[in-house]
Amino acid sequence: MTTSTSTPVLQARGLVKRYGHVTALDGADFDLYAGEVLAVIGDNGAGKSSLIKALTGALQPDEGTLHLDGNPVRFHGPLDARRHGIETVYQDLAVAASLDIASNMFLGREVRRRGPLGSVFRMLDKKRMREESAAHMADLKIGLRSLTQSVETLSGGQRQGVAVARAVAWARHVVVMDEPTAALGVKESGQVLDLIRRVRDRGLPVVLISHNMPHVFEIADRIHVQRLGRRVAQISPRDYGMSDVVSIMTGAREADPVPE
Amino acid sequence: MSTTAAPPNASPPARNAHTAEPTGATAALRRFAATPTAGPAVALLVAGLFFTLQSDRFLSGGNLALVIQQVMVVGTLALGQTLIILTAGIDLSCGAIMAFGGIVMAKLAADGTLPPLVAIAAGIGVCTLFGAANGALVTFVRLPPFIVTLGMLNIAFALTHIYSDEQTVTDLPGALTWLGETFPMGRTDISYGSVLTIALFLFFAYVLGQTAWGKHVYALGNSPEVARLTGIRTTRLRLAVFTVAGFIYGIAALLLVSRTGVGDPKAGQTDNLDSITAVVLGGTSLFGGRGLVLGTLLGALIVGVFRNGLQLMGVGSIYQTLITGGLVIIAVTVDQISRRRTR
Repeated sequence: MTTSTSTPVLQARGLVKRYGHVTALDGADFDLYAGEVLAVIGDNGAGKSSLIKALTGALQPDEGTLHLDGNPVRFHGPLDARRHGIETVYQDLAVAASLDIASNMFLGREVRRRGPLGSVFRMLDKKRMREESAAHMADLKIGLRSLTQSVETLSGGQRQGVAVARAVAWARHVVVMDEPTAALGVKESGQVLDLIRRVRDRGLPVVLISHNMPHVFEIADRIHVQRLGRRVAQISPRDYGMSDVVSIMTGAREADPVPE
Repeated sequence: MSTTAAPPNASPPARNAHTAEPTGATAALRRFAATPTAGPAVALLVAGLFFTLQSDRFLSGGNLALVIQQVMVVGTLALGQTLIILTAGIDLSCGAIMAFGGIVMAKLAADGTLPPLVAIAAGIGVCTLFGAANGALVTFVRLPPFIVTLGMLNIAFALTHIYSDEQTVTDLPGALTWLGETFPMGRTDISYGSVLTIALFLFFAYVLGQTAWGKHVYALGNSPEVARLTGIRTTRLRLAVFTVAGFIYGIAALLLVSRTGVGDPKAGQTDNLDSITAVVLGGTSLFGGRGLVLGTLLGALIVGVFRNGLQLMGVGSIYQTLITGGLVIIAVTVDQISRRRTR
């Protein structure tokens, strides 16, 4: 379908996923290019979340192919996708509440001390993890007083900041954000949107799943519209108004032929 | 999962604003007050002060050593219990598992067919297997820990009585009672078992506070889903926690046998719940993810100090139980109220 000259960072062709006689993905395509924020929108049941799960390894499609930087890949689970440099931020603020910020940043990827303290006694290098976390937080301009405070003492926006910083710190290719502002207030949503922009400006492409049209129009470079298990349009928010996009999403009108 | 690879773009020079920690004694005190161990520590001090004023015998070295001896079995059980409660589980069977392990090692050793050290290993092994069985049912069959361990409580209890034939096992070889022996420290006699208990607590304080495994236990207790999504192998971890707890119950069994000098099938019946009391008094949340093993040690000591102090004041044992029950409810109430304030 695509005629673009540059290779997509992440590309899917003809993804199919059936649950019994329910078809969640019905030949879905997907293209994400370097340096962009791609919004994925669709009505409930459009296969949005199945698509994202397939892209992040949480679901194995029955048919179809995935390419990462032009190379065919197959993810056997979320960990597998992470090993390939695809990080996901989940909507329900996926952090361990009683652990501190640095522990959350390094959860599952802890750094041990050098020498026998680390190799024999398995001691964590808390100082180094704190310093590296601080550097990441500063990099993304997330201001927090202390990295030793537990995450439960943070506001929702700050918690999401920690989750985003963790994803960005480890992602080599793609950051996927699943409704990152759904649980947040207006001001905090604005902070997370700023954060998404900074992530993109650092060169990491972002896939943003959102129900919030103003947010999508504020931040997306392109919009992928999902309907009835497949991509029905790829559009630029500059070419269409919000109500047009909603019409395409609900099937009330067709998109013009995909402009590439 | 690489543990040494730094994230890309990691630059060591950290901003001071992020790493600067308040220093000084008042700040240290404030940080301590924020930990879940602060409440139990204060409670223990107040109780100690109260009983010192009530009885001049309370603060003697000999009496304090006695308190530690009295709490070491329940304290050790409570250590295993803490690990499980940190993952938002519960273990109702720990005392019964310990009693069975104790009977196994006592009988095998008293028969004389096995060397005492092998008998001890067998007893600890049986406890470990029970822990692993609890863990397997919770993780693979996905049964609630409450139900699994309730069933296991009855199974272990029955096996203890069947295997022992309701008989107390006496004439144990010295290896089984060695931990009950004492050595002088100053003018106080300290039992080797007390030292082992303290060492176990320090070991697990280290494991929970300083290793990745410990962080993962807390993360699992906070939210299994979050833990899984961050790449922690939650099934394996939960199974390991129950198995390690079983091993700790095995150590408790050895402590029990060495303290009483016999294999008693009726031992440990109140310890199932007493261990939970110690954990809760120690400030660990029953909802998982929050708490410290040092708190549990304090919790066990609080129970021991109350029982001992009330004993010195001439209060009967059934009233001690009554007061301990009240303590638990007060501790949980204080904990809940303080948590509601901070949210």
